[in-house]
Amino acid sequence: MPGLAENSLIYASLGGLYVGDMLVQLFFFVVLLLLLKKFAWGPVMNMMQKREEYVAGEIEAAEKSRKEAEAAAKEAQTQLNQVKQEAQKMIEDAKNTAVKQEQAIIEAARNEAERIKEQAQAEIQNEKEKAIQALQAQVASLSVMIASKVIEKEISEQDQEKLIEEYIKEVGEER
Amino acid sequence: MDHTAPIVEDVFGISWLDFNLSNVFMIIVTSLIVFVISVLGARKLEMKPTGGQNVMEWVLDFIKGIINDTMDWKTGKLFLPLAITLFSYILVGNMLGVITNGVVGGDVWWKSPTADPGLTLTLAMMVIVLSHFYGIKLRGGKAYVKDYFTPLPLLFPIKLIEEFSNTLTLGLRLFGNIYAGEVLLALLVGLTTSGALGFIGGAIPFLAWQGFSVFIGGIQAFIFTMLSMVYISHKVSEEH
Repeated sequence: MPGLAENSLIYASLGGLYVGDMLVQLFFFVVLLLLLKKFAWGPVMNMMQKREEYVAGEIEAAEKSRKEAEAAAKEAQTQLNQVKQEAQKMIEDAKNTAVKQEQAIIEAARNEAERIKEQAQAEIQNEKEKAIQALQAQVASLSVMIASKVIEKEISEQDQEKLIEEYIKEVGEER
Repeated sequence: MDHTAPIVEDVFGISWLDFNLSNVFMIIVTSLIVFVISVLGARKLEMKPTGGQNVMEWVLDFIKGIINDTMDWKTGKLFLPLAITLFSYILVGNMLGVITNGVVGGDVWWKSPTADPGLTLTLAMMVIVLSHFYGIKLRGGKAYVKDYFTPLPLLFPIKLIEEFSNTLTLGLRLFGNIYAGEVLLALLVGLTTSGALGFIGGAIPFLAWQGFSVFIGGIQAFIFTMLSMVYISHKVSEEH
């Protein structure tokens, strides 16, 4: 700077209004405004606007994905519950089936046992009767033989019959 | 000794067209500095701001805050470039005079452009004219004229005077503050260079006053922008 303001007041700058200065000032200010708008503040404002929109978009996207995640979690929960219920039902069904089968098996076993028992009884009865019959026949002839051998005397036909009957009865009861 | 201004009179033979060349020079310098700083700050704009872009965005938010204080953002964003340019231009202009004053051959060449009443009044007039222009443009002539007669028709003369006083106070407040600052700085420069005793006595007040001038320069730039927006919002907004 060729010479700072030295020991004096700066009266000179107060010289009144100069129309030329004012016009220059106006012109330069307007030009400056337009230039700044075009080259400096316009781009900065655009960038800020862009960032604002970007942030808003990001927030929106985040919210959306959060909602989606929540819905998915809910769905998973319902599905899980459903599966649990189904499993419960299946276990219950299996239990019921098992109980039924058990009962059926027991029933069948019992029936079989009953049947075998009855068969056995019938067979026993049969054998018994067969034995009694055989015995009867044998006893009749045997007793006759014994009687005729031991007593060696004639007995009436009637007495003989009676004797046999008594014998048989005795034999049947003793068994 | 008084310093004079490099004045050129009757340019192109037009009797009213006078220039104070130092003003012209400083207007160009200030505009250039503001432009260069702003464009440098607006280089390499990115989504994630760094360095200069942060400063630019901070200034933008600051001016946005001023406008939001005075009017609706929907109409206010129209004036954002104006407010920013006003603020940066006046701030840089104020600072240039605080940093130094330059004299060449008895003429003051380097000073604050805002230390000249003509230039500050030009800015003030421009703001007021713009406020009237946008008042009519945005609200229609009827609402604009009606504003002069509300709430009482009796207030019309006062409202009319208000328009002129607004212009005067807006321009002269800025001029007065900056000019006074420069005058006192010049006085202190005179004192500190007058001798050893003067230097001891004047150095500290000089530093203090320079710091204070920086403060004043910032405050005045803010006030000018703020009041400009207030005046515009008076014309532009429905309620005030």
